Amino acid sequence: MSDQVQNPVLDASGVADALVQRFPDAVKKDTRKGYEGVIIDHHKLLEVAGAIRDDYGFNYLSSLTAVDYLGMGDHMEVVYHAFRVPTGGAPLVFKAQTDRVEPTIPSLVKVYPGADFQEREAYDLYGIYFPGHPNLKRILLWDGFEGHPMRKDWKEAYYEQEHKPFDSRWPGGNVFRGEEHNPFGHNVRYPAGFNLDNFTPQTEAQFQSEMSLGVDIMGDPAFTNERLLVNLGPHHPSTHGVFRMMVQLNGETIESLEPVMGYLHRNHEKIGERNTWFGNMPFTDRLDYLSSMGNNLGYALAVEKLLGSQVKIPYRAEVIRVLMAELTRITNHLWAIGFLLNDLGAFFTPALYCIQTREYILDFFEATAGSRMMCNYMRFGGVFKDLPERIRAEALLLNDKVRDMDTMQYLKDLITERIPRSIDELDEYLSDSEIIASRCIGVGVLPADVAIANSAAGPLLRASGVPYDLRRALPYSIYPELEFDVVTRPNGDLLDRYFVRLDEMRESVRILKQILPLLEKTKGESIFGGKTSYSIKAPAGESYGMVENPKGELGYYVVSDGGGNPWRYHVRAPSFINLTTLGLMAKGHKVADVVAILGGIDIVLGETDR
Amino acid sequence: MFGTGILKGLGVTFRHFVTTFIDDIKYLGKKRDLEVFQHKQSLANVGLVTVEYPDEKLAVPERFRFVPFLVTYNQDDPEYAGKDWCTSCGICAKVCPPQCIWIVRGTDPNTGRPKPEPEQFYIDTDICMNCGYCAEYCPFDAIKMDHNYELASYDRTTAHIHDKKRLSKEIRYWQSIAPTTAAEEMEARKGYDHTDVQKARKKAGLTPSRVGPTSDKAPEPEVVAAPAAAATAEAPAAPVAVQASPAPADKAVEAAATDKPPGPGNWVKRGKRWINLDAPAEVKKRSRGPGEE
Ligand code: SF4
Ligand code: SF4
Repeated sequence: MSDQVQNPVLDASGVADALVQRFPDAVKKDTRKGYEGVIIDHHKLLEVAGAIRDDYGFNYLSSLTAVDYLGMGDHMEVVYHAFRVPTGGAPLVFKAQTDRVEPTIPSLVKVYPGADFQEREAYDLYGIYFPGHPNLKRILLWDGFEGHPMRKDWKEAYYEQEHKPFDSRWPGGNVFRGEEHNPFGHNVRYPAGFNLDNFTPQTEAQFQSEMSLGVDIMGDPAFTNERLLVNLGPHHPSTHGVFRMMVQLNGETIESLEPVMGYLHRNHEKIGERNTWFGNMPFTDRLDYLSSMGNNLGYALAVEKLLGSQVKIPYRAEVIRVLMAELTRITNHLWAIGFLLNDLGAFFTPALYCIQTREYILDFFEATAGSRMMCNYMRFGGVFKDLPERIRAEALLLNDKVRDMDTMQYLKDLITERIPRSIDELDEYLSDSEIIASRCIGVGVLPADVAIANSAAGPLLRASGVPYDLRRALPYSIYPELEFDVVTRPNGDLLDRYFVRLDEMRESVRILKQILPLLEKTKGESIFGGKTSYSIKAPAGESYGMVENPKGELGYYVVSDGGGNPWRYHVRAPSFINLTTLGLMAKGHKVADVVAILGGIDIVLGETDR
Repeated sequence: MFGTGILKGLGVTFRHFVTTFIDDIKYLGKKRDLEVFQHKQSLANVGLVTVEYPDEKLAVPERFRFVPFLVTYNQDDPEYAGKDWCTSCGICAKVCPPQCIWIVRGTDPNTGRPKPEPEQFYIDTDICMNCGYCAEYCPFDAIKMDHNYELASYDRTTAHIHDKKRLSKEIRYWQSIAPTTAAEEMEARKGYDHTDVQKARKKAGLTPSRVGPTSDKAPEPEVVAAPAAAATAEAPAAPVAVQASPAPADKAVEAAATDKPPGPGNWVKRGKRWINLDAPAEVKKRSRGPGEE
C-alpha cells in the first residue's frame, strides 16, 4: 500500500498509461474506437490486478462482466471496472481476452473477493472458466441447464429472430402465442447424459458432504450432535421474494450460509441484446421494481454517454430527473425500513405506516409517468413528459372516485411537510425502541475493509463507515450543484444500516427542497433534447453508466457495434453483488437473525436474479 | 430508563389508532362522500387511508397506462362514422418492446396495393407490458393507453389476444378519459380530424379540419346511441364534471340481463346472470346494493 501515496494524483487514464509502462509485455492500451482502459494479458492478470489494487489504490471492484465478440474478433472478453473507495473518481477499466473455445481467465477472487458472484455469473452465462475460484458453479441457472445462454450463438426456446423488431409482426401479422410453436414440456433441453431422476443440485451435494450428511447419522455415535442443514426458502414468506438460503446450523447458530438464487431469472441481458436501444427502458423498470426511476436514469446515462453529442439534456430535464431519483430513494428506504421491522417480527404495523407515505409519492409518479412502479419515464436526452399541471383523474369505472390537485402545490406539501413528518414519526416510533436495539446492535457486522473488498455498495457500505456515494464520488446530472451530505455510520451493524437509511431520506428531502425552486424557475422549458426517431442507432463503442441507486451502485455496461441493438447489455446489480457479504455477516449469529440480516442488505429479487 | 423507547413507539401506534376513530366519528354517515374521500386521500389526512375496493375505487390519472386501444371516429360521426384512425404504418409494432402487436396491413381488393388501414390488429395482452411506447410513437394518435384495468377473464388462451374489434374505441372515449391530453393532441393536429383526413379534405376543397364531430354540411347531427357506443355509454362526450356516476347505467344493464341474452355479443350464463364476454369489464360489475351493505 506504500506506493499508493506516491501516485496520489494519477487519474484512471494516467494509471492506464503507467500500467502500460510498467508491464510493457502484459498490458496494452485498448485502442478500439469508442473503448477505454487497458487490455491485460490473462497470464499476468493476477499480478497486474494486484498492482492496480495495492499500488494505484483501485481497491473496489465494482463490476466484472464478460462480452462475447463472436464475429468481431471471435474472442471472449472479461471487463473489469475498479474504483478508488472512498476517494472517488472515474473507474479504471481493464480487460482480459481469451479464446471462445474453452475460455479461461484466472480468478480475481484472491485480489478482489467481490469478484466471487460476478465470476460465477460469467461462468454460468458465458461458460468462462476462472481457475482459482473457490466455488465455481452456476449461480443463476440450475445444474440441469444446457449451454451458456449469453453466448451469441445460443438460442432460446422461443427464439424467433436475432433482433427486434420481428418481421412477423407487420405487415402480415399472423398472430400466435409463443407456446403454440414450442409447447410446454418440449421447450427444455438438458445437457448430454443428464438424468433428472437421480439429480442432486451441486450446492446441496456439497453441503451434505461437508456435513457428512447422507450417512446414517442415528446409527453412528460420532454424529450425535446438533448440526442441521436447513433450507430457508425459496418460498419462505419472510425472505424478500423467491430466494433461498442454505444454512448449516449448529443448534441455533449459523455455521455457514450459502445464498441460492435465480428463481426469478429471465435472462434480462439476453432480452436486452435482442431488443432495440430504447426498447430496454421499460425492461429496466422490472429490475429493482421498487426504484424504477433510478433504474431508468442509469440506463439513460449509459446510452447517452454512447450517443455523445447526439443528445443534449435540457436543464429542466435534469432537474426532473433528480426530483424523481430522490423521491425514489425515499420510497425505497421507506420500504426497506418497514420490511426490516417485519423481519424482526413487528408484523406489518411499521411497514404499513411507511407504505402509506410511499403511496403519496407513487401517486405523483402515476400522474406524471403513467404508472406507479413501472415508470418508464426517462428517455435518451430527457424525460418522457413534463410534470402535469394537475394531478387529476376522470371517473371511468363503476364506483370510481376522483381527485384533483395542483401538482406543484402537491409536491411542495409532500416535500416540505408530509415526508419530513413521516420520517420524524418513524424516528420517534422505532429509533429508541429497546427491542430494535437488542435485535440489531452488533448483528450482521460488516467491517469497512471487508465491505470494500467484497464490493458492497450503497447503504450497506456507508453503514460500515465508508463515505462513498456516487453522487459525490463521480457526480452525474446536477448533483454537483446541490447541497447534501453523504451519510455514514461507524459500526456496520443492522442498527446502523437502519439509521443510514433514515438519514439518507432526510438528505433526500434536503435535496428535494433545493429542487423545488429550480422546478419553478425552469417552468415551461424543454424537457427533451434527443432524437424523436423510433429507431436510433448508437455509435460503436462501450460505455458504463452508473447511478447511486437506493440499494447501491447500479451500473449499466453497454457495448454497441453501431447498430440499432446493444451488442452487450450488462446490469451491475447492487442487490446481487451485495449478497456476496451475506454469508460473512450471518456467520455465528442465530438463525432468527438471518432474515433480518438479509433485510438489512435490502435486496429485490427482480434485480438479483435478472 | 429501559422501556421508554417502546412506550414512545406504542404512543405512535396509539395515535394512529385514535385518529382513525376520530375520523370515523367526524365523518359518521358521510363515509362515502366525495369530499371525505378526497380528504382522506390527500396529504393532509392523518387517519386510515384504505380505499374500499371495489365499493370505491381510485380513479386513475390521465396519463395512466394500461393495455392500449385503437381510436376510431365516433359511430355517430356524420361523415366518417366508425372509421379507423390507424393507418397500419406498423410503427407501433416495431417499437413495442415485447413485440406483442400484430398488424395485418390492409390491401385494396381492386389494385392489390397496400392501403392505409389495418385489416386486423392484435395485441396479446398477456405480453403487453403497458409501457406506452405504442401510444408515444404513433404518428397519427391512433393508439392510446386505456384506463380500464379490470380485464380479468376466464380463459387466457382465447380471451387475452385482443383483436381489432375488441381494441377499437371511439375517440370520444379517449376525450373523456384524458381530456387534457386529447385537447393537446388536437391542437398539435390543428383540428379535430385525423391528419390524413385533413389532407384529403384539403384536396377536396373543404375546410381542412372540423372543430369537432359535427358535419360541415349538416350542422345538426342526430345523436344516436349506437350499439358500440354502449361500451362508452357512461363516458360523457365532453370533459364534464369530474364526478360521473355510472351506477344507474350499470343497474339498467343488470336488470335487462336476467333471463335472456339482451343483445348481440358473446353471452354466457353465470348463475342467474348473463355476462357478455365481449363487453368491457365495467358492464359486468355489480355494485353492492344498499340492502347488501
Ligand atoms: S403506429 Fe399508429 S397508425 Fe401506425 S400502425 Fe400503429 S396504431 Fe396504426
Ligand atoms: S404498451 Fe408497450 S408493450 Fe403494450 S402494446 Fe404498447 S408498446 Fe407494446
